[in-house]
Amino acid sequence: MSVVLTRVDDRLIHGQVVVGWGQALVPDRIVLADDAVAEEQWEHDIYRAAVPPGIETAFVSVEEAARRFAEWDRAPERTLVLVGSIEACLRLCAAAPGVRAINLGGIHQADDRRQRLPYLFLSESELAQLEGLEERGVTIVAQDLPTSPAVALDELA
Amino acid sequence: MSEPVRGVVVAHGDLAAGLVSVVAAITGDHDTLVGVSNRECGGDGLLDRLRTAVGDGRAVLFVDLPGGSCFTAGARFRHERGDTPVVGGVSLPMLVDFVMHPELAVDVRIEHAVNAGRRAMKVMGT
Repeated sequence: MSVVLTRVDDRLIHGQVVVGWGQALVPDRIVLADDAVAEEQWEHDIYRAAVPPGIETAFVSVEEAARRFAEWDRAPERTLVLVGSIEACLRLCAAAPGVRAINLGGIHQADDRRQRLPYLFLSESELAQLEGLEERGVTIVAQDLPTSPAVALDELA
Repeated sequence: MSEPVRGVVVAHGDLAAGLVSVVAAITGDHDTLVGVSNRECGGDGLLDRLRTAVGDGRAVLFVDLPGGSCFTAGARFRHERGDTPVVGGVSLPMLVDFVMHPELAVDVRIEHAVNAGRRAMKVMGT
């Protein structure tokens, strides 16, 4: 059934992902694509504990996620892909042309960021980079939960 | 007398502040608990908030939802500081019990508080 959601969320696997999106999309697999987490078995154990039984959890680097994205997109399983930052999202999209849509979930406060939505803070640079990505054909929508309004990128400026 | 142990309540939105406030109102103890919210911060930001809340002392982390971002941050903190127990499914009865029993050793105190939380769950009529 392919990749059903590719999401940027700096909390990675947490309640909104597992409960909110999990109930709506019923994924068979959650891919956590994060270079640091991929290296640490103890972090796998923590995040895996948050995932209900029956859902496979894969921990990969962003590079591996990009390499395997097409494979997941062709597979019969429903896959939800998570990255933890705009930077990782841009690397994923640059190396995986199959990524056609990005969901902006929780991206939180940092020094140079401005609040765009209650759950979304972006710097001007990050916004510009996302606009560039959208110009290359990737649909970008902010939406923390399936029941929340979807907000287009041009409404975040 | 056991060494002072702080209870750090880590929860979504305003829940931690609410629990801490109500425990103080019930017990008169304003020192044992401190609340930490995950509002407007990512995983690393919440870990920083836990470091600040715990400081150099001993603490027990009480988190709301096992599997949620607060629990994950608590587990990461525990990995960093191995002497910090993490208790999921925090409730008001659990915290009241924790505050009321500073004389207990930490492990016994946690078990006592968790049992108080379990015992407090009642269903009347189904």
